[in-house]
Amino acid sequence: MQQDQLIAQLQEGNERAFERIYQLYSESIFGIIYTITRDKSVSEEILQDVFLKIWDKAPSYNPEKGRFFTWILNIARNASIDKIRSKDFKNKQLNLKSDNFVDILEAKSNQNSKIDAIGLQKYIDILEPVCKKLIDLLFFKGFTQKETAEKLNMPLGTVKTRNRVCIDKLRATVV
Amino acid sequence: MEDINEYIRTGVLELYVYGALTESESAEVSATLKQYPEVKEEVEQIEKSLLQLSAATAPYNPEELIQNIKQKLSGTEKVIPITRKKSNLVPYIGWAASLLFLIGLFVLFNRNNDLQDSVQALQAENAQMESQIADARNNAEKSEELLAMLRDKNIIRVPLKGQQVAPEAYAMAYYNKENNKTYIDAKDLPEPPRGMVYQVWSLKMQPLTPTSIGLLDKFEEDDNKIFELNNDNLSEGFGITLEPAGGSKSPTMEQLFTLGTVSST
Repeated sequence: MQQDQLIAQLQEGNERAFERIYQLYSESIFGIIYTITRDKSVSEEILQDVFLKIWDKAPSYNPEKGRFFTWILNIARNASIDKIRSKDFKNKQLNLKSDNFVDILEAKSNQNSKIDAIGLQKYIDILEPVCKKLIDLLFFKGFTQKETAEKLNMPLGTVKTRNRVCIDKLRATVV
Repeated sequence: MEDINEYIRTGVLELYVYGALTESESAEVSATLKQYPEVKEEVEQIEKSLLQLSAATAPYNPEELIQNIKQKLSGTEKVIPITRKKSNLVPYIGWAASLLFLIGLFVLFNRNNDLQDSVQALQAENAQMESQIADARNNAEKSEELLAMLRDKNIIRVPLKGQQVAPEAYAMAYYNKENNKTYIDAKDLPEPPRGMVYQVWSLKMQPLTPTSIGLLDKFEEDDNKIFELNNDNLSEGFGITLEPAGGSKSPTMEQLFTLGTVSST
């Protein structure tokens, strides 16, 4: 209920609601953007655009169609994909081959303090390779169920049930 | 209840949160979610775990960026994507504009200086012209005055011919008995050497008695070489001698340049 009220306030143009929404989602959205672009300053730029868009388009968000989180997830993924397909980004010659979110977790886990590293390591350890692929495509890259099935050469129903198992495991690590 | 748990276990809710379902499938889940609190609870749990996972992939917490975003919120909502693209250009345009402005200022400053210079030149020229005009007017007045005097009916013209010392010399005396003035036209006298001056004498003939009526002062500077002298003598002739500066009491006859007599009519 609280969440719904917050979104309703945002839709009315309430700046404090916007700030709260930013607190709740910005780090995650930043992670999504960074997983796609792999460029910190570009990610900052896109993150700002995404939240400005959230502010502007909030009135057009319709809860009947889907979750608010899903809505902003789509904005962020689309903005990031637009960016990496753009000329000026391609000119940077970034290596985007088969990287997925797990690389970022591993890199961070190697760099960061022990406590953080343990937290990050648990994601890496707990997720099977298939889970890593599924979550990367479905969540981080915004593939549809069908696209994922084709990409991983997996029956449509299997995508759904395998992913369910993966998320369950993930949830087990979340307090 | 059993059905709902079954529904949850299909994994459709995860795909729903991802946004991996079709639009109609999503709408269906949304409706179910409204109806069953367990489903909603489940979706919120899925969201929570995904939020944590994706937050873990963020390079850092971008909480400070909210300040940048908030600055752009008010006023410019609708045009933000456009202004962002333009924002790289705007400072350049700004710099270019101010550079152009500076160049413009510099050009105008230079041109202004040039104009001021030429204004000054013109003013100087103008002043010069004015003084020339004033001079010309003065000369004209003088000439008119002179002409008026020479036309006076009481004037007697007395040609003064060159003498031994200077046979080429020549002068004309205009003798006016009525107003006691005598004018000497010394146009054809040579310039006196430095330290010397011409002195004009009124002459009585029987016996020859010279009376000084004045010096041709500032001979070189006088343009028309016409000199006005007071002469209240009953002159029968005029002579001009060269004398030391300041003049002499009696004429130096060796230096008699011109001489002429008033023809008795």
